Amino acid sequence: MNEMILKFPAKSENEVFARNAVAAFVLPLNPSLSELSDVKTAVSEAVTNSIVHGYRDSEGWVTLVCRTDGARLEVEVIDEGGGIEDIEQAIEPFFTTRPEEERSGMGFTIMQTFMTDFSVKSERGAGTKVKMSKLFAGAADAG
Amino acid sequence: MKLQANRRGENLYIYLSGELDEHSAAAIRAGTDRLIDENAGLSRAVFNLAGLRFMDSTGIGFLIGRYKRLKRYGMEMYVENPEESADKILSVSGLYALMPKI
Repeated sequence: MNEMILKFPAKSENEVFARNAVAAFVLPLNPSLSELSDVKTAVSEAVTNSIVHGYRDSEGWVTLVCRTDGARLEVEVIDEGGGIEDIEQAIEPFFTTRPEEERSGMGFTIMQTFMTDFSVKSERGAGTKVKMSKLFAGAADAG
Repeated sequence: MKLQANRRGENLYIYLSGELDEHSAAAIRAGTDRLIDENAGLSRAVFNLAGLRFMDSTGIGFLIGRYKRLKRYGMEMYVENPEESADKILSVSGLYALMPKI
């Protein structure tokens, strides 16, 4: 069992830092390249959502909490931004509040597809918390 | 992100390399559009993704944006040699229906 808490400003250059930090953290679980890539992509989606949609043009902090337990990685991406008005609508494939910016609306779909478990909680004006986990097939003997 | 291109016959080849995310996409959007505009008379554009080490859903938005631009010029769009992760994202999003993998 291991744990990590990272807190960084909601700036887009931190997207690459966040996903690579999680990738490094999970390495002892011996993930396959494909599993590692899934985790990096899902983390990138959640962190980008916090920066682009949670905080929009305002400043703020993103908190990333990671835990490993046996063969499982749990990741929480938390912001204190504007929150999501309608979660059901937000997680629909191709739904985006900002189509004029070439946003695909596929972020939540990718998090759901690439991770084993996924949930999102949000409150208008208070922020959003995405929680997801992944079970690694090759990590049976990892502690 | 790095952007390279060459022209062979009726094809414009666009090579993307590096990591394509929300931060890096901004830097190559204008350059890619300029390449498309300069080669507007050709039949098709082929996006070679072999050098793309990482791509998230920003890549979907980026590719659809270029697809729309190419369509205005009557040009077809194709994708070749995506890495496994990009391939998975393009498959999940159904993008190959618009821009077939060759």
